[in-house]
Amino acid sequence: MLALLFILFAGLAIGCALAVVAQRNPLYSAISLVGVFISLACLYVTLAAPFIAAVQVIVYAGAIMVLVVFVIMLLNVEQEDRGRARLKFLVPTAVALAAILIAEVAFILVSVQEFRVNPTGASSDIGLTHSIGSQLFTRYLLPFEITSILLLMAIVGAMTLARRAKGEQR
Amino acid sequence: MEPQLSWYLALSAILFTIGVTGVIIKRNIIAMFMCIELMLNAVNLTFVAFASFFQDVTGQLFVFIVMTVAAAEAAVGLGIIIAIFRNRESLDVDDASILKL
Repeated sequence: MLALLFILFAGLAIGCALAVVAQRNPLYSAISLVGVFISLACLYVTLAAPFIAAVQVIVYAGAIMVLVVFVIMLLNVEQEDRGRARLKFLVPTAVALAAILIAEVAFILVSVQEFRVNPTGASSDIGLTHSIGSQLFTRYLLPFEITSILLLMAIVGAMTLARRAKGEQR
Repeated sequence: MEPQLSWYLALSAILFTIGVTGVIIKRNIIAMFMCIELMLNAVNLTFVAFASFFQDVTGQLFVFIVMTVAAAEAAVGLGIIIAIFRNRESLDVDDASILKL
């Protein structure tokens, strides 16, 4: 049953990811990327991580993608023009890198040892909001605080970058 | 049949590969940005898979922090994209190949 769900959502994720790269219109890429995020959230649920799944939907599929779609709409992006080619060697490079990484996938499938610390998996409480919260505010308090500073810097940086200089008119 | 750890790792590697390929071949700067998000998500999947198979909550906490970094990256990155577009009237990365404005 779980294997069936894995195959379903993994196929959905890979298909949507390929669509992200294949689409010419950035808006369609964004919608496909939302599909990837949703299917990954479903995989997180099968991995007994409901909190992360919820945060994935809220933060990624919600906030970040809304920001991206907003910028796409704001800048009114035209479709990519096919005229000028970029550096010629980039496409062969991409194909070669993809081949190497697919070989790594084959290596993983062949050689990673199969194990599960807790074979039942049903009784564990990892992944619940309670256990994540208690760890986050005790053992990992410092990374949490650093994260808040990072967010503050991001807010200030984004405002500084997007602001027009004084007196600049368009 | 239960899904094995290697299945999740393989899926993650495939998604990461697609993201890398996208960053290399895409020309639109927003599309490249979305491919970077795809790579971050592939790494998140390995974190959650290991957390689940090792029965350790640390991996999920790192996913939390990676998501925060991704949100910060989205805010600053899109600000930079808007600034570039304002200066160059284009989102093609080939038009932004020099730092001088």
